[in-house]
Amino acid sequence: MADLKKKISDLISSDDVVLFMKGTPDFPQCGFSANVIGILNYFGVKFSSINVLEDNEIREGIKEFSDWPTIPQIYIKKEFVGGCDILREMAETGEIIQLLEKNNLPYKITDQAP
Amino acid sequence: MKLSSEDIVEMIKKKLPDAKIHIEDLRGDKDHYHATIESKKFKGLSKVQQHKIVYDAIGHHMGTTLHALMLTTKEQ
Repeated sequence: MADLKKKISDLISSDDVVLFMKGTPDFPQCGFSANVIGILNYFGVKFSSINVLEDNEIREGIKEFSDWPTIPQIYIKKEFVGGCDILREMAETGEIIQLLEKNNLPYKITDQAP
Repeated sequence: MKLSSEDIVEMIKKKLPDAKIHIEDLRGDKDHYHATIESKKFKGLSKVQQHKIVYDAIGHHMGTTLHALMLTTKEQ
């Protein structure tokens, strides 16, 4: 069990912004994952994604790791930010920009609709 | 056995007795709900903490009996 925890924490620290999702950014396999991709692209955020459909151990392990029962899950600088609802709310309120700036992460609002 | 709106409201009320809850069955399939929840217990908590209280109330149903529960939480 310990090595799964290590495997997950290594994944979480593999980039500034890490998204655990169903599918891939080009081929999201669930609407909520697709929504998160849309938001990250809208703000021009660079991120790494992990397709939990390819590894059931990760798919279940990440839920235990963050004590959050659903996928997608987004981490910024190793900190759990939330799932689709929270990220969408942060995008609507502009809180996402404050969080990106606080972590010195570049962003560029593009014209792609979220 | 799918959950009804009433089932979900009841579970949330157990953890948040004061909560004002508005629930929508987004696709009419009892599998994709949106719940808007207002409670004093959310005061001073982050969104993640607020949503965790609700997910905790739903328990093992989340992601099994119930596929999706979109949440909008508000401090009262």
